[in-house]
Amino acid sequence: MPEPVRALIPRLRAICGDDGVITDTAQRRTYESDALTYHAAVPGVVVLPTGTEQVAAVVRLCAEHGVPFVPRGAGTGLSAGALPRDDGVLVTTSRMRRIHEIDIDNACAVVEPGVANLDITRAAAPHGYYYAPDPSSQQVCSVGGNVAENSGGAHCLKYGFTANHVLGLEVVTPGGEVVRLGGKAPEAPGYDLIGAFVGSEGTLGIATEITVRLTRAPERVSTVLAAFATTDAGGAAVSAIIAAGVLPSAVEMMDALSIEAAEQAVACGYPKGAGAVLIVELDGPASDVEAYAAVVERLCREAGAFEIRAADDPDERARIWKGRKSAFAAVGRISPAYIVQDGVVPRTALPDVLRRIAELSARSGIRVANVFHAGDGNLHPLVLFDDAEPGAAERAAEVSGAILDLCIEHGGSITGEHGVGVDKACHMPAMFGPSDLDAFDRLRRAFDPQGIANPEKLLPTPRLCGERPAVRKGEHPLVAEGAGDVF
Amino acid sequence: MGSRRDAEALVDALGASGAALRPGGEEDAVGGCVPRIVAVPPDPGAAAALMAAAARHRLVTVARGHGTKPVWGGVPERCDVLIDTGRLNGVDHATGDLVVRVGAGTPMAELEAELAKAGQRLSVDAVVAGSTVGGVVATGLSGPLRLLHGPVRDLVIGMTTVLADGATASSGGRVVKNVAGYDLGKLHTGALGTLGLITSVTFRLHPVPPARRFVRVSVEPGDSAAVCDAARALRASQLVPSAIELDWPVDGPPELQVLVEGAESGVGRRAAAAAALLGGRAGVGTEPPEGWGELPGAPDDLLLKLAYPLTGLPEALDVLRSAAADAGVGVAVRGSAGTGIMYAALPRSAAAEEAAVDAVSRLRAAPGDGRASFPDAARAPRPRHPHLPGARDEIPGLALMRAVKDRFDPHHLLSPGRIAGGV
Repeated sequence: MPEPVRALIPRLRAICGDDGVITDTAQRRTYESDALTYHAAVPGVVVLPTGTEQVAAVVRLCAEHGVPFVPRGAGTGLSAGALPRDDGVLVTTSRMRRIHEIDIDNACAVVEPGVANLDITRAAAPHGYYYAPDPSSQQVCSVGGNVAENSGGAHCLKYGFTANHVLGLEVVTPGGEVVRLGGKAPEAPGYDLIGAFVGSEGTLGIATEITVRLTRAPERVSTVLAAFATTDAGGAAVSAIIAAGVLPSAVEMMDALSIEAAEQAVACGYPKGAGAVLIVELDGPASDVEAYAAVVERLCREAGAFEIRAADDPDERARIWKGRKSAFAAVGRISPAYIVQDGVVPRTALPDVLRRIAELSARSGIRVANVFHAGDGNLHPLVLFDDAEPGAAERAAEVSGAILDLCIEHGGSITGEHGVGVDKACHMPAMFGPSDLDAFDRLRRAFDPQGIANPEKLLPTPRLCGERPAVRKGEHPLVAEGAGDVF
Repeated sequence: MGSRRDAEALVDALGASGAALRPGGEEDAVGGCVPRIVAVPPDPGAAAALMAAAARHRLVTVARGHGTKPVWGGVPERCDVLIDTGRLNGVDHATGDLVVRVGAGTPMAELEAELAKAGQRLSVDAVVAGSTVGGVVATGLSGPLRLLHGPVRDLVIGMTTVLADGATASSGGRVVKNVAGYDLGKLHTGALGTLGLITSVTFRLHPVPPARRFVRVSVEPGDSAAVCDAARALRASQLVPSAIELDWPVDGPPELQVLVEGAESGVGRRAAAAAALLGGRAGVGTEPPEGWGELPGAPDDLLLKLAYPLTGLPEALDVLRSAAADAGVGVAVRGSAGTGIMYAALPRSAAAEEAAVDAVSRLRAAPGDGRASFPDAARAPRPRHPHLPGARDEIPGLALMRAVKDRFDPHHLLSPGRIAGGV
């Protein structure tokens, strides 16, 4: 462990208590990566503060000594945003798990950052409310992590992302000061610093208390599954649905290869011979859902759907979602290794981009399974390869990178929900010019003039360039634990 | 003040940018601050060149759309160059993607008309008639639809700005789902041009709902708690209203106005259910009530803003109304009872100023998250009242805001002093 970090340990113990500081090498190693295990580094020291004052004292100590710190929630991130540093302090929020308040009259909840996303919904559900952002790891991922990553989920098509649901924050700045931003009242005076903070990937400080909006649970939810011969036909159905003025809460698509994998893994029973499966979910007032479900079914048939199933109760709905939610884990069964990509294209560019991905796949001999949020053009191609085969990993990485290039070429984004982290920091210049990146850097330095908050994440640094994107083997670690699904 | 020689010197400094230049006059004043010169850049490139030249000469720039909210926020400390965004216009509508990129100087009405051709809308109300897109975004002013669709910043997915040094910086993009880079669009929204000149904005759009109904109920006996309880009950219902507005004129009972939108087959039933829930003699119609989404009162009235949690709103309204009653002046209130943002207008008089200052002082002294303010410097009490709480007090995060301002605009050349806290 580098000396500057070692020197802090007695004072960290004084702040967090002996049980709140981890120095043992084997224990530290359990924090060496987030869910993107390709990037790993053993943290210099791990602290587990129990409240705002402890977080602030730890960060102040880091600031005094110029030691970097890395915030970490539940470690479910997929861009190595919580990758530790051996010369730094890893600040985990796992002991800050209190729900302070469920305030139904003001439709909000006040929570600590370590609270699991789904636990807010569990606490609000008896009152008929829920917390809308639903990343697939929602059983375990922390709200603080959601704030850092501006997490979305399958239903963000209609309900938006974490940024649209955070009303207030208590933040420990990289200088160690405690600042309250927003709250239960709308439109706090001055700059929208909450808007800047959400999605800042731990580079602007650590959120220690979060006030989130609660959403009234919908009167009716209806899920339609439609099977098509090709993804083109499925894509045509999506375009027709959007053009008809329908705003579903979720629109998901899987191609033949991902359907095959899901079938092998969980026997989801999707229609035989489908080249694409489309899942469309509608929610809202019963009258609207009924009217729009009929429109969706009609448009799917007109686009060539050969089988349509509709689910109006939670059990049937869960059966439809089972295959979709297991798709990533399932791919581990049909391929020894794979890369998960996360790119976005304008929805109307989907058919073209999917064709180009198929061409890339054919040319390289690398199979690509496509699972995607079709409603908002967020692709999650799974690039499959055999890591025992010499050169396969390199070719897979090339295909994965080429898919991102396609996204940028079509006016899209290099990440729709997984974040930039370390993994995509060197792709940022492909999407943003030097003055754009400079503007980002201005914001970062306004919060963190010393550059100690999660350094080398989000923005490119010379040291990072040239590293390969992440490669994963087999099942996602969280899925293997039964702790969550992965989209 | 624009002497001919001064204007000539400025033309020398800024002329090469390609912006059309003319001396500033009284009609261009921003809160009494008359610009030395008015510049109209013909395109974003010229705007960038203009800003770069202004920065080299340490000239203070202030952006203006159609000048419908010229003194929203505070009066700028100085104004050398007024930048008129009128020619930074144009609409690039990606119909199938439900996305539009708009030049900042485009009138909201023009954008609305263009989008309507494709059955789409930007779910943002132009609260002040004649506003430009850039003006709406820079002020962050939201209207009734905010209840269902969120404030303006929630619909911004990309933005291009010119920073103080003339560098052009974009963030976000043309896709709704995008977490690459910081969301600077949110930072610029409501920043009143103090961090950069907004040249274009990309928004996510919504389909125009096939049908709508307005439900109107007079709430008796007209006390604030009853009004707010009714608004909360509507929010907690399954009716998913797009807007819940309160219109409380100077004389007359308060009226709750509810907008329900959706499939034709359902809106009638939902509107009837809303009326039943409110329990009054409700009227249901398809056209908006008079004044829908507009600020209350007359253009010269004193304007106050209340931004409160729903449970805090009744007390805030009571404090305001009792201060007005004590002073013997009338107060008109209108705003979003569903989200807790209300505007109040008092016809200008010495007594009204006393009442307004008294109400704001009492509300600011009260604990809780809410805040009362004078949102428009042109309509704030004048001259400064000794009891008026300072503009620089009680702003959480002010040190961070100053740090952000210092990084984006180190020489304080962009509308300095215009935003809360004198930033």
